[in-house]
Amino acid sequence: MDQVPIFDVKGAVYSYNETGPPALDGVDLTVMPGEWVAVLGANGSGKSTLAKVCNALLVPAQGACFSLGLDTSDPGNAGAVRQGVALVFQNPDDQIVASVVEEDVAFGPENLGLPSGEIERRVDRALELVSLTDLRKRGSYSLSGGQKQRLALAGALALEPKALVLDESTSMLDPDGRRSFLGCLGELNRLGMTILQITHAVEDIMFSGRIVVLGAGRVLWDGRQHGFWDGKYREFGFSEPPELALYRELASRGLIDPLTAPRVDDMLEALCL
Amino acid sequence: MKFGNTSIGQFIPGESVIHLLDPRCKMIGTFVLLTALFMAGAPWDFVPWVFLLAAMPRLSRISMRAILRSGRPVLFLVMFTMLLNVFWTPGNEIARLGPLRITEEGIVSAFCMGVRLYFLVVFAAILMMTTSPMAFSDGLERILSPLARLGLPVSEMAMMMTIALRFIPTLFEETDRILKAQMSRGADFESGSMIKRARSFIPVLVPLFVLVFARAENLAVAMESRCYVPGGHRSRMRPLVWEARDTKAMSCMVAFAVFSFLWGMCLPKIASICLDML
Ligand SMILES: Nc1ncnc2c1ncn2[C@@H]1O[C@H](COP(=O)(O)OP(=O)(O)OP(=O)(O)O)[C@@H](O)[C@H]1O
Ligand SMILES: [Mg+2]
Repeated sequence: MDQVPIFDVKGAVYSYNETGPPALDGVDLTVMPGEWVAVLGANGSGKSTLAKVCNALLVPAQGACFSLGLDTSDPGNAGAVRQGVALVFQNPDDQIVASVVEEDVAFGPENLGLPSGEIERRVDRALELVSLTDLRKRGSYSLSGGQKQRLALAGALALEPKALVLDESTSMLDPDGRRSFLGCLGELNRLGMTILQITHAVEDIMFSGRIVVLGAGRVLWDGRQHGFWDGKYREFGFSEPPELALYRELASRGLIDPLTAPRVDDMLEALCL
Repeated sequence: MKFGNTSIGQFIPGESVIHLLDPRCKMIGTFVLLTALFMAGAPWDFVPWVFLLAAMPRLSRISMRAILRSGRPVLFLVMFTMLLNVFWTPGNEIARLGPLRITEEGIVSAFCMGVRLYFLVVFAAILMMTTSPMAFSDGLERILSPLARLGLPVSEMAMMMTIALRFIPTLFEETDRILKAQMSRGADFESGSMIKRARSFIPVLVPLFVLVFARAENLAVAMESRCYVPGGHRSRMRPLVWEARDTKAMSCMVAFAVFSFLWGMCLPKIASICLDML
């Protein structure tokens, strides 16, 4: 199959300053269309830097990054890359530009210079996807932390990107909000959206098909869920969530396909059989 | 202790007659009205303005309380101006406080100054409360567009203003948070001399500045990642359209300004004619 990878990072090195170790120290990562990749790693391991490299906000000093097949070191590609790869940051207050919900969602499409009817359509759809339609006329400052995070996601979705890069974007959500946010991502992923999700929370990665662990600017692990939870996770200081223990038990008894990502639905089905 | 009120003069989303007007209409109209307001020089001149203010809750769907409260941040300034006027206007002396004299003219001009300043702030606040910062900057950008032809970065300036307005509530929140954090560590902002109190604010200002710069940096990165290019072409979800209602509203505002001006000119004459006839 001759698909163009969504992200193709080749030996990327990036330093914020000359002294000290680089933030990215030779990262290789290839993400194909439709994948959902979870990126884990301790504080300062270079996750946010990797996200910015993928979005052409930073250009690697050595090596290269191709996003959507475009070389990010060419400034002429930056516009196309940022439209096709939308970035959602950790703190929604840092990325909400307008004072009214719908105006903020429109900010991205307005920057693309789209006609007003098209902007309106995209705003409607993005708000619908994150279920903020009822709050569209509200002041963005009056939203709760979780609602702001969903607004930030809507702002990214309005660009109609091929890929989403989420930098700890579920950190402010309550368990319910987190579940509905992840449900929303799952829906998008089924529709073909590629997702690169940076997270500290083990619950978050339940849904992703693939796990990448960064440490000190290097890729420590890159593989599928079942391989990761086969003992490797302890080396990186993670503990296994109970859902995953159940998943592995079911898989070892042959009640569930160990090659699929663990999904609650599948597990329930396996248990009811 | 709470630092300021975050809701004063801040945009309140709504669908009132005033909300729906084109921001250009509101901005130019407010400017015309405020110019006329500044020509009011006698206490009676403010009668039409009181009526105009009384109509505002109905037209803007903002409560009278919220409207009047928007003048609160300048109350101190209003008092101060009034005091200066009371004591420093030469004229018919009616009372004496040591070296200070209170004159009839002083009282009249203090009243006019105070009311004028208060009304100015309140009408400006109604403009801000009924216009979203995005719409405001769109309007400003269009009004100033002739300057763009002279090479001024008008659209960047307008975007800067939108963001500044959007950040005001965040700043108040952060200040409040830092104040509370410092107080929980034993800082005292409420007792001691003026100088001591001013000094106790330094540990608040330093983290606030650091935070503002970090915030600005993050926001710039986020805007860039959302395809914002300074000086680049932007389209609008709702392009500004000047409609019939804007022309009507504009005519009303100009008519009101003219009326209040004539009222100020003619009232003394009419009054004296009436007095003569009696
Ligand atoms: N703007 C910056 N200027 C200088 N150094 C930076 C900057 N941003 C990050 N760094 C440094 O680069 C390294 C990697 O940072 P990065 O933000 O990518 O980590 P991270 O994995 O996202 O961490 P976290 O989990 O805390 O978000 C860190 O050592 C950090 O100190
Ligand atoms: Mg980070």
